[in-house]
Amino acid sequence: MNWKRATITAGFLVPVIGLLAFGLTRDPKEIDSPLPGKPAPGFALPVFSPGEGKLALAVGDTVRLAEHKGGVVVLNFWASWCLQCRDEHVELSKTARAFYDRGVRFYGVLYNDQESYGLKWIEEMGGQAYPSLLDPRTRTAIDYGLYGVPETFLVTPDGRVAYKHIGPISERLLSQKLDSLLRAGTP
Amino acid sequence: MTRLLGSGSLVVALGVAIYAALALLAGARRKRTDLLRSGELALYAVWGLVTTATLSMVYALVSHDFSVKYVAMVGSRATPLFYTVISLWGALEGSILFWIFVLTSLSALVTYQNRDRQGTLVPYAGGVLMMISIFFLIMLVGPANPFGLVSPTPADGPGPNPLLQNHILMGVHPPLLYLGYVGMSVPFAFGIGAVLSGEIENDGWIRLTRKWSLVAWMFLSAAIIAGMWWSYEVLGWGGYWAWDPVENASFIPWLTATAFLHSVMVQERRGLLKLWNLNLIVATFALTILGTFLTRSGVLSSVHAFSEGPIGRYFLGFITIVLISSFALVAGNSERLRPTGNLDAAVSRESVFLLNNLFLTAFTITVLVGTLFPLVAEAIRGVKVSVGEPFFNRMTLPICTALLFLMGVGPALPWRAASGDVVKRQLLPPTVVAVIALVVSLVIGVRSPYALAAFSFGAFALAANAREFIDGAAARRRAHGESPPVALARLVGGNRRRYGGYIAHLGVLTVTLGIGASSTFRAEREATLKKGETMAIGPFTVRLDDVYRRDEPQRMVLAAGVTILKGGREVGRMEPRMNFYPTQDQPVPTPSVRTRPAGDLYINLQAFAQDGSNATLRVIQEPLVPWIWAGGMIVVLGALVSLGAGLKERLPARAAVRAPAAPRPATAALEEAAR
Repeated sequence: MNWKRATITAGFLVPVIGLLAFGLTRDPKEIDSPLPGKPAPGFALPVFSPGEGKLALAVGDTVRLAEHKGGVVVLNFWASWCLQCRDEHVELSKTARAFYDRGVRFYGVLYNDQESYGLKWIEEMGGQAYPSLLDPRTRTAIDYGLYGVPETFLVTPDGRVAYKHIGPISERLLSQKLDSLLRAGTP
Repeated sequence: MTRLLGSGSLVVALGVAIYAALALLAGARRKRTDLLRSGELALYAVWGLVTTATLSMVYALVSHDFSVKYVAMVGSRATPLFYTVISLWGALEGSILFWIFVLTSLSALVTYQNRDRQGTLVPYAGGVLMMISIFFLIMLVGPANPFGLVSPTPADGPGPNPLLQNHILMGVHPPLLYLGYVGMSVPFAFGIGAVLSGEIENDGWIRLTRKWSLVAWMFLSAAIIAGMWWSYEVLGWGGYWAWDPVENASFIPWLTATAFLHSVMVQERRGLLKLWNLNLIVATFALTILGTFLTRSGVLSSVHAFSEGPIGRYFLGFITIVLISSFALVAGNSERLRPTGNLDAAVSRESVFLLNNLFLTAFTITVLVGTLFPLVAEAIRGVKVSVGEPFFNRMTLPICTALLFLMGVGPALPWRAASGDVVKRQLLPPTVVAVIALVVSLVIGVRSPYALAAFSFGAFALAANAREFIDGAAARRRAHGESPPVALARLVGGNRRRYGGYIAHLGVLTVTLGIGASSTFRAEREATLKKGETMAIGPFTVRLDDVYRRDEPQRMVLAAGVTILKGGREVGRMEPRMNFYPTQDQPVPTPSVRTRPAGDLYINLQAFAQDGSNATLRVIQEPLVPWIWAGGMIVVLGALVSLGAGLKERLPARAAVRAPAAPRPATAALEEAAR
């Protein structure tokens, strides 16, 4: 074994590995959504899961985005077949309770799923603090340009999309975004 | 239960694989037969355990056990059984499980086949294969565990990605690709084993390595063609190759493996290129791992990109170890790989092989650079760029043309040195054919210089390769009075390796002709038709009859009924569709393809009116596309014929019984002369 040659060869390979390591830090799919800053698409969707306590609405009520002028709305698209939705479930309910008195309203929107599966899921996951809505023919999901579930949208009091989050969101990040949105008007 | 059996098998397999690797490597080093024997048994045990885990996953998928994480990710009660079973390789975790299943199966097969072989080459190779297995098992036990628990159990799952449950080739392309890709681990293991065992200094190891390279190359060739066919049939744009990173990832190791299959002959015949060949083997394996890393870790974006996880970091660690240890090992031992022969003349078969390797290497580097360039650009200048078809086409077409030319020259030239007379006699007929092809191409309206070059050099190579068969068979007819089919069969059977190679050349030429014709003479029209309206393309008239909806358990299908007319007569009906899957808002296009030897008629449903009154159709006339698929099959046939040679060498007794007409001296002399 000629160690000198072996070392020189290994040295030539280091930049290649460095390049690959750099690649890992990048996300080629990270393309800015054109939605933030734009008016949030309106919707009028029926409640199928009421929510809990003072956050609750009656099943069958229609929730309209237009009636929320003046308050912040958090819209979370989810499904019973979505595994990542389980990760954020508890944190979303916690945040919804914490921000209710500051005028923030949370709504779940069931995406491409059956109502009965959705209800069973909520029960098995230990409840959902805020109401969830049905989205017949996924019209609203299409309006919001949904890429997959879960996705979470923050809508400002004047009806613009302030922030869009792809994938499960944490209580910490969501609280931070809501805090600055309520205080400074930007997330 | 299934979950515990699956994940338990994988954990135990990891432990046993570590033992197998240590026992085989240590046993080979210390020449301890007891260690070698127990390492060998451990290797078989790893295969058994991994097989158990794989079958557990298949069972979990089929029984819709949504408490198993992978099933909850890709399963759905509405998915048909066939697509449920093959969703084993439809997402990241399952595909890694399938990978290790193929890898350990090949390891067990190779070890078993060579169990009586003297020396330590096979144990070392087994140890290397087990080291690779350890890496994949670590991923399966850790970040890519498909058997994780999902609780509470979901009622149903989202089903596989719609694109992966829309065509039967999903059941064909991925397994072929894995056999090809993972198969390259075997020659790599033999190469490293040869260095470690010292067998590198005699050439015995090269036969095993060549055979397994050919096996993996055959599967990889078939996989690439099947992948082209699949994307042609499901993506709706009428093309079959787009230089997408994942396509390139399969093609780059194919190029280096092709180079090896040629240059290894120079080593066997003339004792040259030993170091180069070992480097090609190592590079081929490294490129399969690199390709997997690039497409599985989210480094490059592609239509194939799997969902990412933390596996990128594991892969990076593995690549670092593979690249540095294997290339350093080869470089450190390079003095033992001195050539034992000389290059005698500039015009000879070996010099054609040298040029062939030069161009294949240039091809490899071009595609690799084009694939990695977006990463380099972002690292250096912080900008996102994409490298598209124009770059690849412009850069690689001249290389392809040169390779076509060499494909014709190589078989015509003798080893060692060719006299001017021989060159003239051998190359004159193919040159005449090439000129005729050039003239014909010009007459039928080809103007692009590359298409002209491709057609005439292709014809040149075709004539040169076909001539080997025609002249050889004619010589046998004269010598033995055999009928043409018998003469041809005996000719091929008498030297399978050589004629298998020429058959593969004919296959590649068929593919080239298909690609050349379909990209040069492609005609395309798009129009919105009301019911009963027609559009014309080439000799065909396309009439929209109906737009209708059909509900299937796992999807909703929207289809256009189309009648094809030729000269006013109805010649066929087609049904381009859009399939809507419940968990995806985007419809999956499902073009309809009418295949005839002369070419395809390809119709894609682009859009439709909600009330079904009209539909927008994209109609493409694609000459000779089926020749690409047929050519792929010819390549595989060539590889199979060539592999038969190895079989015959191992079974001399039976082969002799089967082929009673042992070559008489006259034939042997003739064949020598034709060489």
